[in-house]
Amino acid sequence: MSFWPLIKILPVKTNFRFVDFAIYAGIASIIAAVASLGFTLIPFKGPCGGLNCGIDFRGGTVLEFTTAPKPVDLAAVNRAMEGKDLGDVQVQTFDGETNAMVRFENPPAASADAVKSEVRRAIASELGAVRFTNDSTVGAKVSGELFQKGITALLVAIGMMLIYIWFRFELQFGLGAVVALFHDVILTFGLIAITKMEFSLTTVAAILTIIGYSMNDTVVVFDRLRENLRKYKKMPLREVIDLSINETLSRTIITGLTALLALAGLAIFGGPALFGFSVIMMFGIVLGTYSSIYVAAPVILLWGVKRGEEEVTPIKFGAASRP
Amino acid sequence: MMTLSRWKFITVAAAIIFGLLFALPNVLPASVRASMPGFLPNKTLNLGLDLQGGSYLLLEVDINALRKEKVTNLIEEVRKTFREERIRGELSAITNGVRITITDPAQTDQAFSLLSRQLPQPLRNSMGTDLAVTRVNATTLQAAYSEQGLREQASSAVEQSITIIRKRLDPDGNKEIPVTRQGEDRIVVQAPGESDPEKLKALIGRTAKMTFQMVDENVDLNQAQAGRLPPGAEILPSDDGFQPAYVVSKRAEVTGEMLTSARSENDQQTGEDVVAFRFNSQGARRFGAVTSRSIGKRFAIVLDGRIISAPVINSAITGGSGQITGSFNAESAHELAVQLNAGALPAPLNVEEQRTVGAELGADAVEAGKISTAVGFIAILVFMLLSYGLLFGGISVIALLVNGLLIIAAMSAAQAALTLPGIAGLILTLAVAVDANVLIYERMRDEVRAGRPLVSAMDAGFSRAMETIIDANLTTLLAAAVMFAFGAGPVRGFAWTLSIGVFTSVFTAVVVTQLLLALWFRIKRPKTLPIA
Repeated sequence: MSFWPLIKILPVKTNFRFVDFAIYAGIASIIAAVASLGFTLIPFKGPCGGLNCGIDFRGGTVLEFTTAPKPVDLAAVNRAMEGKDLGDVQVQTFDGETNAMVRFENPPAASADAVKSEVRRAIASELGAVRFTNDSTVGAKVSGELFQKGITALLVAIGMMLIYIWFRFELQFGLGAVVALFHDVILTFGLIAITKMEFSLTTVAAILTIIGYSMNDTVVVFDRLRENLRKYKKMPLREVIDLSINETLSRTIITGLTALLALAGLAIFGGPALFGFSVIMMFGIVLGTYSSIYVAAPVILLWGVKRGEEEVTPIKFGAASRP
Repeated sequence: MMTLSRWKFITVAAAIIFGLLFALPNVLPASVRASMPGFLPNKTLNLGLDLQGGSYLLLEVDINALRKEKVTNLIEEVRKTFREERIRGELSAITNGVRITITDPAQTDQAFSLLSRQLPQPLRNSMGTDLAVTRVNATTLQAAYSEQGLREQASSAVEQSITIIRKRLDPDGNKEIPVTRQGEDRIVVQAPGESDPEKLKALIGRTAKMTFQMVDENVDLNQAQAGRLPPGAEILPSDDGFQPAYVVSKRAEVTGEMLTSARSENDQQTGEDVVAFRFNSQGARRFGAVTSRSIGKRFAIVLDGRIISAPVINSAITGGSGQITGSFNAESAHELAVQLNAGALPAPLNVEEQRTVGAELGADAVEAGKISTAVGFIAILVFMLLSYGLLFGGISVIALLVNGLLIIAAMSAAQAALTLPGIAGLILTLAVAVDANVLIYERMRDEVRAGRPLVSAMDAGFSRAMETIIDANLTTLLAAAVMFAFGAGPVRGFAWTLSIGVFTSVFTAVVVTQLLLALWFRIKRPKTLPIA
């Protein structure tokens, strides 16, 4: 019974010297961020660069179909798509090879509907018994707007977080949090670019959620940091940072693990539509946890923070009354 | 904080009753729901199109085509007025209007006053008129729509289109198909269960402008195609199966607007599918007049610029009803009847975005969503029990169960769409809800370790964790607000779930947990913290 509840195994007080490793972690983070930016942007071809943009952001048509219980004959699908001048055509199977999807660009002149019907006919005649399931078309105008909106949403979210933290803490804290957010978002983009996962509206939602989570994690560390700064006025800043991270470590681990467990269930049982989404969020949660410790806090160390008498008192919310 | 106050009891009890009441319909069979008394909530979760299958269409009203047509109509109107008043002049189209060169300068004044009386229509939303007639010089007049006039027409065209689309999709008016305006010139159609996008687009997208025009049989088609087209005539392609095209008079004798009703039926004598129609009194009079003076001639029934059929008039048709024969089958005849009843679209619609999820695939997604939610939920519960033991772990498990109940109830009550990403949002919310419990418990442990007595440690645990909890949840709420502002469809569904979840999580993690801990405290009078 001594192993349960598990919380008792976690050492009562950890004394990891996180800040000592901050320099190495910082270098690793910078390298990873630069590499991620590279993977995301290169080739410099608009609008998506190195990302595998779905039709949400670059327009086009996706048809999904199934020949279940037989696997889809990809060679036949490729034959059907040949010689149609549909730009960048992508064909791929999923869900145990019995389902497949084709993605193609909308030809500028012809009507998208006519082209789609033609592709349907061609696929049906090559494959025989086939059932079309999903079918989406996004026009060039709308996809441009969606792309713009997606990027704006990410920037607005980060900006709002900066303002929020600035308002609740101090500017230095806000900058630390925002650097951490950029770090998380850029690395997530890197992952999406490297794995060639589809970049779509849903992906943007996943990244926004990561921003929310990463922020959440950072706030918990910052809250403790602010409290300890007040409590230990003479302690050097790096030690206060270490102390605060250590004190919140068990919470960080338990919350992170819970989220990861739940998302793992989603990734395994949620089917192909949720797989990418869950994987990106799991990655983001790991990143968010790492960045609160190794990006957000060290940035404060670099910048320094006002302490002592002139310290800004945080605005109080609700029932919180400090002794 | 560790006191059991009455209002806390009442709040929690009220929340649970609300939760049970609104979540209950989701587990009841449809027959039971239908027979429940009206005051009880009977709405189930509103599944998004990606879960229930169906089509989403984003249509754009072709404003340029509408403007072009307005100008064409304007020219026709000026021409008609001039013909009636015997004014001679030349007309040429300019941007948003027409330039009129009067042949006899003496008629300029008459033309000017006629046109300025007839053409301009008052604006609906502001002072002034939609069109201005101006004198350019002694023989030249100009009639042009103002930018505002055109905008107003475009705006009313969008509204009209929405009404017409609704009538076409739902002729009997008993389904609730959301057709909403988006921005200046766009319309969003969400048709649940409609998994054949081609059929849907054919039904919505066709303008369905019908006219009856006389066939000009004095001109040979070949000669006309070679360029010898008499003035006032045009060549229209034909689908009647006899001739590829006909030369017809441009003038529409009767238009689709004069129809009062149309329906598809099967002609008893020929076995063909036809569309039977009935004119209003004006239409009947005009149709009667045309047919009685043109016996033996042909007229063409024109739909969206293509001839459906061109029958010979055998006798005067004065009864005000008739039928259209063409190469119809039962379905296309029905479709045309629905479209004629709903009316013609004021402008063509372009499909800018279309997403269709097959019903079967939606059902698969629901299944996968259920399983993964259950697995994720159980994983969280087990992990909490393992981490904090039966008592504290158990309390957060109860808080989580209440949380889940409240989320489902709130989503059902608000009829917020649950989408596939929304399911992910749900699971993530539950995972993060645990965070509030963890923050409180960890804080309590800290305080006990710092040497405080149990009661004040637990109190401090709540009050100190509270600020962090609010900070942390507000950031999630901000992220959700951004998604709501910039996202569409499934992403909005995700944002809905996320923000509802934030409120229920804070409530359950703080209030419910507090109540349960206070109960435990009162009953057991413990001296130590079991998780310290």
